[in-house]
Amino acid sequence: MNTTTVYAPRARFFSIPALETVAAWLLAIIWIFPLLYAFWAAFHPSEFMVNFELFAPLTLENFTNAWSQAPFARYYLNTFALVTGVVIGQFVVCTLAAFAFARFPIPGKNVLFMLVLIQLFVFPEVLIVENYRIASELGLINTITGIGLPYVASALGIFLLRQTFKTIPRELEDAARIEGCNWLEILWKVYVPLAKPTYLAYGLVSISHHWNNFIWPLVVTNSVESRPLTVGLGVFSAPETGVNWATVSAATLLSIAPLLVAFLLFQRQFVQSFLRAGIR
Amino acid sequence: MSFTNHRKMQLYGSLLLLPAALLLTTFAYLPTVTTVINSLFLPGFRGAPTEFVGLENYQVLFDDPTFWQVARNNLLYALGTIPTSIALALGMALFVNGKLRGRGFVRMAYFTPTILPMIAAANIWMFFYAPQIGLFNSLLGMLGFSGVNWLGDPSVALSSVIVMSVWKEAGFFMIFYLAALQSMPPELKEAADLEGTSRWSFFWRVTFPLLMPTTLFVLINALINSVRVVDHLFILTKGGPNNATNLLLYYVYENAFSFFDRTTAATITVVILLVLAVVATLKFTILDRRTHYQ
Repeated sequence: MNTTTVYAPRARFFSIPALETVAAWLLAIIWIFPLLYAFWAAFHPSEFMVNFELFAPLTLENFTNAWSQAPFARYYLNTFALVTGVVIGQFVVCTLAAFAFARFPIPGKNVLFMLVLIQLFVFPEVLIVENYRIASELGLINTITGIGLPYVASALGIFLLRQTFKTIPRELEDAARIEGCNWLEILWKVYVPLAKPTYLAYGLVSISHHWNNFIWPLVVTNSVESRPLTVGLGVFSAPETGVNWATVSAATLLSIAPLLVAFLLFQRQFVQSFLRAGIR
Repeated sequence: MSFTNHRKMQLYGSLLLLPAALLLTTFAYLPTVTTVINSLFLPGFRGAPTEFVGLENYQVLFDDPTFWQVARNNLLYALGTIPTSIALALGMALFVNGKLRGRGFVRMAYFTPTILPMIAAANIWMFFYAPQIGLFNSLLGMLGFSGVNWLGDPSVALSSVIVMSVWKEAGFFMIFYLAALQSMPPELKEAADLEGTSRWSFFWRVTFPLLMPTTLFVLINALINSVRVVDHLFILTKGGPNNATNLLLYYVYENAFSFFDRTTAATITVVILLVLAVVATLKFTILDRRTHYQ
């Protein structure tokens, strides 16, 4: 907001009548309630889950129970490896493709680009059966690579980076060439630094997507060694396993904590990233 | 640019595309093609297609009442989640776009479910819906009503799943409406105020029409999600009771990995792909002219 006006500042937001304020708050409380309840349940003994008492004794027992009943440390490690690997892979592959689409004369470029955009609709999880077969033929079942690889050539990433690269003036490129840079150096020294905001936005959307992804990781993994948090949580809290609700709440909080904390700290960046990236 | 230089650029560009092309072929184009092929054959040894049967698998699928139930569920799921979450998203955006006490908190409260994994959200809601000890039935009990078997009663189970999905999605769509509202020129509101236009008619005659592109954009996303996102079914209902909450993609998963019927799974997948193709065509023809990307 760097508008400098000598007039009275323009009312950017219109004030809302009291009734609507009440409605807005009521909706907000309903919306945040499930999460607050999970918090409350996780920190209290399980017998208070139903007999709600605001001042029931606090306990960390549910967390220790959850932690000892499932290898959450391993799940964290797997999710962390998965998310890092996918984002790095996406950055590399999508940057190269976006650069090609933005700056190189490729025969049938428009058709190829349309083909890429198809992936915005046909996600790997829709083709779950055949992707499973392909993953198993490539020996990727039960590996973190298997979970991540189908998402690496992301149409969204290619699309966003191509749009950004196209806005970068050619003069910068020419200047770099006069300095003796080859194509990859131009990409690395001119295009990539100038596209930083796009990388940030896409990175955040991608991290939250892969942290939360479930069905494909569920199908591709069948052991503790490769399961990410979501799948571990899904296995843990299946009704037939008979764990109690307070422990499930604690496990749920354990699985969402890092992302939730990151979101609370960088709310603005998250929200703007979702906005910039638009389609996931 | 000389001719050889042009050729060199073409080659270089193609090489840059190669990794993405290989990956997309492996995990998008090839599986699409083999899915279509599998849907036209009878399965043989280890699920490999053997005998060409044309559209017979589709005939079998369309004669299966379970398929129609699942398709109907998915339609109801879409009809139940999409308009509600879009309307709520718009309301939320209008709320937090105005001057509101504690706007930061309210906005965060609306958006937070978006950041959660669907599976975690389902875990939390599972407790609300649990028949004996669940929160909803405890509340009903306190008020003197008998409880409802939210996820176990076929007549309410799908609605229960829908309610949770709306809670999860509305905040995501709010973000797009909020962005659109903030980019609307304030002069419109000033002019309307000068003329004494009521808030109600300003909304219906100015704001709402101007938000049309955003609504279309959100609608496309919601449509895709309604066939793609089935994570919550794994926790909440597993498609039951008696397929009352089974959705197309979950039915694919069941056929492939529980019943080991790859052919049926492939045939349903093709149906899903056709639905997505309609959505994609809708997007590229209607939406692209009034593009939303920034």
